[in-house]
Amino acid sequence: MSTQLPISITVNGIAHQVDVPVRLNLADFLRHELGLTGTHLGCEHGVCGACTVLLDGRSVRGCLMLAVQADGCNITTVEGLAGGHGNGAGLSVLQQAFIDHHALQCGFCTPGMLTTLSELLANNPSPSEADVRLSISGNLCRCTGYAGIVNATLAAAALLRGQSA
Amino acid sequence: MKAAPFEYHRPPDLQETLQLIAQLDDAKLLAGGQSLMPMMNFRYLTPTHLIDLNRVPQLRGISMDGDDLLIGSMTRQHELASAAVLQEHCPLIAEALQFVGHVQTRNRGTLGGSLCHLDPAAELPGVMLALDAVLEVASVRGTRCVPISQWPTMYMTPDLETDELLTGIRIALHRPRPGLRAAHGFCELARRHGDFALAGAAVALHLDGEQICDVAVAVIGVDESAQRLNAAEEMLCGGPLNAHTIEQASALAMDLPGLDDVHANALYRRRIAKVMVRRALDLARQRAFAQVSA
Repeated sequence: MSTQLPISITVNGIAHQVDVPVRLNLADFLRHELGLTGTHLGCEHGVCGACTVLLDGRSVRGCLMLAVQADGCNITTVEGLAGGHGNGAGLSVLQQAFIDHHALQCGFCTPGMLTTLSELLANNPSPSEADVRLSISGNLCRCTGYAGIVNATLAAAALLRGQSA
Repeated sequence: MKAAPFEYHRPPDLQETLQLIAQLDDAKLLAGGQSLMPMMNFRYLTPTHLIDLNRVPQLRGISMDGDDLLIGSMTRQHELASAAVLQEHCPLIAEALQFVGHVQTRNRGTLGGSLCHLDPAAELPGVMLALDAVLEVASVRGTRCVPISQWPTMYMTPDLETDELLTGIRIALHRPRPGLRAAHGFCELARRHGDFALAGAAVALHLDGEQICDVAVAVIGVDESAQRLNAAEEMLCGGPLNAHTIEQASALAMDLPGLDDVHANALYRRRIAKVMVRRALDLARQRAFAQVSA
């Protein structure tokens, strides 16, 4: 086998066919090959959660997967949560709630928080505070003390329930 | 780039996988990658070859084989947690999985990966020990079965030759006689949710009326691998399950060796193990009692 492989990957709705080094991790691929720098790398060994992206709708550590392993998969990054492919237009309900509830300060953990909590809200429209805290147990934030993040998520869940009712 | 250079192999089926494992020197098997990838990112491990098991369909899935549950080694932890057949027959597994890492790591992490990594404080090896799982191993030379009690050979080292692959985990389901009640409990203490436990306990038992007919108590985090608390099982078997017998049985956890490391010393771990055994047994008692009053 080789040290470089062709992959087909869909990222935020856009299909890419690229050759990637086999040892390139998914998060570095998104940042350096596709220029999607919203995904952050903190610890690079699966502890901090900043690199979390959605792989076929499920949250995964971008630093603990190789880009070649995402061959044939659908990836959603923080840029893909908003409309307009990352040009800042059309923030999602959860993203807007983060702003409204002071759920970020430095913003480093935010992409991992948003992707992880988007998965939670997709699976559980009425999470309790405990559900929210449990779902972000693998995401470290050193600014907010998590209170704003939890409040924002509960508010977003309520808004989304209202929209679908 | 974090990992040192390696050759990447993505076999499409079991046969090709076994051939690759037999042929390649200095190869590592990539399951969910939640332990292997960090070690490669740190360059603690720099294998020449990486064999990715994620596209081998024969290693995935949960099925019944007669009275046995058969779980493919590459079945992901989130799949185990949500499988109806496991909820019905082995609720201990789903209960313990709440403590295994975080949602993101359970979305990738596998049962077989945890059993081969064999961290002394990992939940799944302890649960499988309590359930008397049998591990199915394959190579180009053939297949063999290893009882979970003989699986760890030393610290974080499974009974697996360099040309072998863990393919499946078999759990014989006790079919209780009518009137027999099954109950379980899992408890652990970790500094933060999702961290490796300082110590933890898994309990599975059957009650005939007030009498315990069989009981398994497995403890994690207090020795080089998960341990059955045989003395406690012998003490409990045939007797009642109440606050007094639970207290007596859990005290035997103080005879475990304990582990000294940066997180806790051996004595503290033994004490935690004792409390976790007591709580897990008490959880099982409450569940058994709830079945009677229901």
